[in-house]
Amino acid sequence: MTVSVVQFGGSNCDRDAVSALSHLGIDAERVWHEDGLPEDTTGVMLPGGFSYGDYLRAGAMAAQSPIMSDVYEAAERGVPVLGVCNGAQVGCESGLTDGAFTTNESARFQCENVFLRVENADTPWTAAYDDGEVIEVPIAHGEGRFEISGERYEALEAGEKVLFRYCDADGNVTDAANPNGSTGNVAGILGERASVAVLMPHPERATLDDVGGTDGAGILRGFD
Amino acid sequence: MSLSDADHELVVAELGREPTTAEAALFENLWSEHCAYRSSRPLLSAFDSESPDVVVGPGDDAAVVAVSDDTYVTLGIESHNHPSYVDPYDGAATGVGGIVRDTLSMGAYPIALADSLYFGDFSEEHSRYLFEGVVEGIADYGNAIGVPTVTGSVDFHSDYEGNPLVNVACVGLLPAERLVTAEAQNAENKLVLVGNGTGRDGLGGASFASEDLAEDAETEDRPAVQVGDPYTEKLLIEANEDLVDAGLVQSARDLGAAGLGGASSELVAKGGFGAEIDLDAVHQREPNMNAMEILLAESQERMCYEVRPEDVEAVEEIAEKYDLGCSVIGEVAEGNYVCTFDGEVAVDVPAEYLADGAPMNDLDAVDPDQPERDLPRVDLSEAFEAVVGSPTTASKRWVYRQYDHEVGLRTAVKPGDDAAVMAIREAEKGLAFSSGANPKWTSAAPYDGARAVALENAINLAAKGATPLAAVDCLNGGNPEKPEVYGGFKGIVDGLADMCRDLSTPVVGGNVSLYNDSVTGPIPPTPTLAVVGTKDGYDAPPAAFSGEGTLLLVGTGGGALGGSEYLAHAGGSDKFPELPKNPAEVVAELAAVANDETTLAVHDVSHGGLAVSLAEMVTENAGADVTVDGALSLFDETPGRAVVETTDPERVRETFDGAAPVLELGEATDDGTLSLSVGEEQLVYTAEEIRVMRDVIARELD
Repeated sequence: MTVSVVQFGGSNCDRDAVSALSHLGIDAERVWHEDGLPEDTTGVMLPGGFSYGDYLRAGAMAAQSPIMSDVYEAAERGVPVLGVCNGAQVGCESGLTDGAFTTNESARFQCENVFLRVENADTPWTAAYDDGEVIEVPIAHGEGRFEISGERYEALEAGEKVLFRYCDADGNVTDAANPNGSTGNVAGILGERASVAVLMPHPERATLDDVGGTDGAGILRGFD
Repeated sequence: MSLSDADHELVVAELGREPTTAEAALFENLWSEHCAYRSSRPLLSAFDSESPDVVVGPGDDAAVVAVSDDTYVTLGIESHNHPSYVDPYDGAATGVGGIVRDTLSMGAYPIALADSLYFGDFSEEHSRYLFEGVVEGIADYGNAIGVPTVTGSVDFHSDYEGNPLVNVACVGLLPAERLVTAEAQNAENKLVLVGNGTGRDGLGGASFASEDLAEDAETEDRPAVQVGDPYTEKLLIEANEDLVDAGLVQSARDLGAAGLGGASSELVAKGGFGAEIDLDAVHQREPNMNAMEILLAESQERMCYEVRPEDVEAVEEIAEKYDLGCSVIGEVAEGNYVCTFDGEVAVDVPAEYLADGAPMNDLDAVDPDQPERDLPRVDLSEAFEAVVGSPTTASKRWVYRQYDHEVGLRTAVKPGDDAAVMAIREAEKGLAFSSGANPKWTSAAPYDGARAVALENAINLAAKGATPLAAVDCLNGGNPEKPEVYGGFKGIVDGLADMCRDLSTPVVGGNVSLYNDSVTGPIPPTPTLAVVGTKDGYDAPPAAFSGEGTLLLVGTGGGALGGSEYLAHAGGSDKFPELPKNPAEVVAELAAVANDETTLAVHDVSHGGLAVSLAEMVTENAGADVTVDGALSLFDETPGRAVVETTDPERVRETFDGAAPVLELGEATDDGTLSLSVGEEQLVYTAEEIRVMRDVIARELD
């Protein structure tokens, strides 16, 4: 009963993910990408960071790492998979989820707290929340603008695959509350299965009560 | 630049022969101001560097201080001034890389960075170009390696026009048993170089850092600037963790100024050894490099480890895991520091003479004059708006928003406050961290200004409930061969040293950067101090008003405006304010007040005076009604003071009884408006109006 937090070269939120999961009583360990996924893994987290320095395109190189075919197979078997920040970019690049995360509208890195509105509380990642609930979680990215074609965006919406949208403190989804210019203020989405999700905000940074609040803990409980 | 005639004579006398080309280049760089502190070391004895908490003091890659019996922190600071002028992005980025490797070589994991940055006037296009490039360079490097940048400072002053300053401090964390030093342990141990291949980048960086910036430096000195590779640095951090975890490291030194020659000779010299090094064995990424280039290239992301012969294979395996280059370049040896290249001896010199033999400079110093009082009359609201809206005192959110300040899950108090507080759960302590200087203060009065800088940093910690544990300094000055420049430099050294002694805060390490001089003249003497302090737990009162308490000003005003933001705006002159005579007591009492449950908010008073402190405390939901006697009280910048919002004013008075005066300023309110009665005049600003004033940097640059 152990969640694998995949460490690519350049991952930098792998330790944080293990700390946050452990704090919630969820057993987790770092797995070096070249060692492959343990067969009995009960979940996979793709953590934040700058895999391969993001020198090519965020997440593009890590998506080609052999461990990603293990992750893909695990996802097919229904093993929960969560990609956060750089992990979300890897998730999109490797086809676990649709769309892409690209350069922020500001063209700068942004580290700040944002508000998220829960769009679909009927998933493992949002079961701890109510539909329409507003949570406060930090972002830290330079390439977090969600991009997707119109047709596929409609399919995401129709399939209720949008997990979170950026909003203001009162839950209004506005341009002013969109930190990076994401299509439809989308901050996180599901893959084919509800057990696979990616999001740009960092739930592990909003889990320990001595730093940054605990609003993100519910997301990590998707591994429980 | 080449080895001076005087140094050349000394070297010939020591060696008994002419130095080889490689030897001459090694001496030139290792005996440069940057590496050998020739003009500053005679002054540095002013610092007290000892306390019961100090585990490793000055002279290693970073200092080590005990937070508890079994938990240590490292503390180091570095300047990357000249490179950041020539190439702001790479110059600043590699400054971060260097100080992080200094942390690694002590066996620590880096947990926090602070950047203190100094540029010419914000209105100048060139200053903005440097500012944007430096911040982006720090952000891209620090963010990628996963070390949060949690605090720092940004100042603008016209005398940095031709020579900006980039001072970077790093804190690392280690369990006591993991401590590694840069002192070679045993002859016959292998020297192993891990990290990037060596190329021709950063050649002669140490000597470039040790002369005035030439007018054509942006084009001519580009080869002396290194280019950073944060991905490799991150791999090096992970590899270093594995190496130290496995107990494979006997000693370590990062490759910084003067490259492999500097790191390897200093490491063996510190242990009283020499070395035998085969330069052909160094893994390289450019063809046909000669001995001097291999020795002195400042290619980044490289570490030199002393490893027992039987551990070499294990080290190679870890380097291989992280795709890092690794070469066994030689061994620690009795006798001289010897390097062979292409079958010939390229270097054969006593290691200690190379590392520590540079003669010290005895330079003339002239003390600067203290100005007289000549205060102009200025419209009060105009002055308030100018001071609160000055880029130096304004919000730095535009800067720290670009820094990942939360990675690592330790940042309990974030940037934008007086000090950051990092959660050291291993010892159940909060580690407060503050870094900065104030060039207006030290330009007006180098000695007292530097004392004020030290006190202000200590008060920043106290405002979050911590008391100082240790400090490191980055002493930046102009060309020391000019007596008035050296006089100012001597002033900041003595000032920092005296105030740190008064605060019982050991100065455990530092960095000196001289020759910050260009066609636009010398920089103001700039004593960046980075201080860490500890407290029980990680909670701290906010700097923002809660809206529910009484407002008190604690501490003694110095009754003068010399060096203030107000005078910078209004013109005129004044002497520098007098500082409290019992600073340690004030710091301790303020920390006690900050930790009291009846305290709702605390914010220090310094840059921009009470005007800026109050403006920074106002939020949309909380304001203040405040009465002060006149403009002097509003703009006096004397540090050692703080605004306290409390539900129990009597308790604060009791705490400060006999230590410092406590003045009631008024009440906090719940309407988000700052109402000031200043003598006969009234000033009223809404939170939104203040936000707009304070938002000048983002408004201009986004």
